[in-house]
Amino acid sequence: MMNLSEPAIAVRDLRVVRGGVEVLHGLTFEVPRGQVTGLLGPSGCGKTTLMRAIVGVQIVTGGQVTVLGRPAGDPSLRRMIGYSTQNPAVYRDLSVVENLRYFAAVLKAPKSDVDRVIEEVGLSSVAGQLGGTLSGGQLNRASLAVALLGSPELVVLDEPTVGLDPVLRQELWRLFQSLADRGVTLIVSSHVMDEAARCQRLIVMREGEILADDTPHELREHTRTTDLEEAFLRLMEERTAA
Amino acid sequence: MNPAITLATARRILTQLRHDHRTVALMALVPTLVIILLYYVIDDQRSFGAWAPILLCVFPFLVMFLVTSIATLRERTSGTLERLMATPLGKLDLLLGYGIAFGLMACVQVAIALTVSLTWLGFDLAGPLWSLVVIALLNALLGTALGLFCSAFARSEFQAVQFMPVVMIPQLLLGGILVPRDQMATVLEWISNVLPMSYAIEGMKDVVIGGELGGEFWRDVTVVAGSALLALILGAATLRRRTP
Repeated sequence: MMNLSEPAIAVRDLRVVRGGVEVLHGLTFEVPRGQVTGLLGPSGCGKTTLMRAIVGVQIVTGGQVTVLGRPAGDPSLRRMIGYSTQNPAVYRDLSVVENLRYFAAVLKAPKSDVDRVIEEVGLSSVAGQLGGTLSGGQLNRASLAVALLGSPELVVLDEPTVGLDPVLRQELWRLFQSLADRGVTLIVSSHVMDEAARCQRLIVMREGEILADDTPHELREHTRTTDLEEAFLRLMEERTAA
Repeated sequence: MNPAITLATARRILTQLRHDHRTVALMALVPTLVIILLYYVIDDQRSFGAWAPILLCVFPFLVMFLVTSIATLRERTSGTLERLMATPLGKLDLLLGYGIAFGLMACVQVAIALTVSLTWLGFDLAGPLWSLVVIALLNALLGTALGLFCSAFARSEFQAVQFMPVVMIPQLLLGGILVPRDQMATVLEWISNVLPMSYAIEGMKDVVIGGELGGEFWRDVTVVAGSALLALILGAATLRRRTP
């Protein structure tokens, strides 16, 4: 039924207009299965809009988005995609456990998942605390935990590591990699370059267009740099000069 | 729609309330306190007997309208609604979840207000108790449904709160409380005829004063229930899986 060789996501000529302005100008790309794909670019370049289109909550103006072989937003996809928005979408007046229990019930995920994901994002010590009393980073991880409930085949994470210290960031990236090793496809947006190096594939965006779609190694080679931060800057410069 | 998800949603909303003691206390006690205040202000058993049912009618509606419109606005602005819309949760699961949770709160509210009115305040109920509870509950449901609907048009809590007088005051003025409906100007009477609160108040009066449960009472019940259903459907229409 599922063809593993076909891409997890295929986007063709995707256009999105928001507030009368076109913010995505006909994007075409594919995301392979079982890898961590990084979505990079300055803020306002359309990363979040693109992720929303993949999840199927964005009204699109034109083009096709195919996710796991089905059109994005298809009802059958709703249990196969884990999605975490940039602002932590959890109830501030519920504890971490209560939040996860509710979302697990909605997703029909097994009850044991709640403890598993709390462990995975390292929130065991504050599991009984209300969302409103958590720090920004903890709240972010609670929101991330919701996206890991059930057994999603695709996990879409919008800036999941903002406000986290280097140790936690490293732990989360290890978690992302272990998910990918199990065959889960991950799309992670970020604007921190040292995180880009941990992805198998990078999509670099600017002003609603894709500047590069390469492996980190290829990206460094094409831009003749040794450092991804520099590669990123050079990409931006090339585009401005052109 | 899925009963398990609907119930999980209702449980989640009740858990949220459980963490917010002050809101629960306000919801449970304010109507009763206002009725007690009214009793001493009027200081006349017969006039009080005419006013008490109106308050029992208005309060569940008012409180549920406010609480629901703020709660759903918070779901919309905090991103939890977007998250839920990306899951298998059906729109009606969410709406009925709110309806069930706040309906239960309305039961508590009406139960306390009624107990105090019937015992301490010597309020006389001519008809059967259940008929009054039915009307009060339908009103709470109507308030919940309209609150959901109106919250879709509010960008902020400020706007959401302002919708309350917009929805509430015309219904009170035209509901036949201050001036009997058949003594209003024809145009106003027509408007009054399409406002659900008019029927709720009439039904409530039938029960309490008339004590008769004839065709009129059931017509009133049907109209209020139908309005609540319509508002729920309109509310569901404002929930979108995809947003701009």
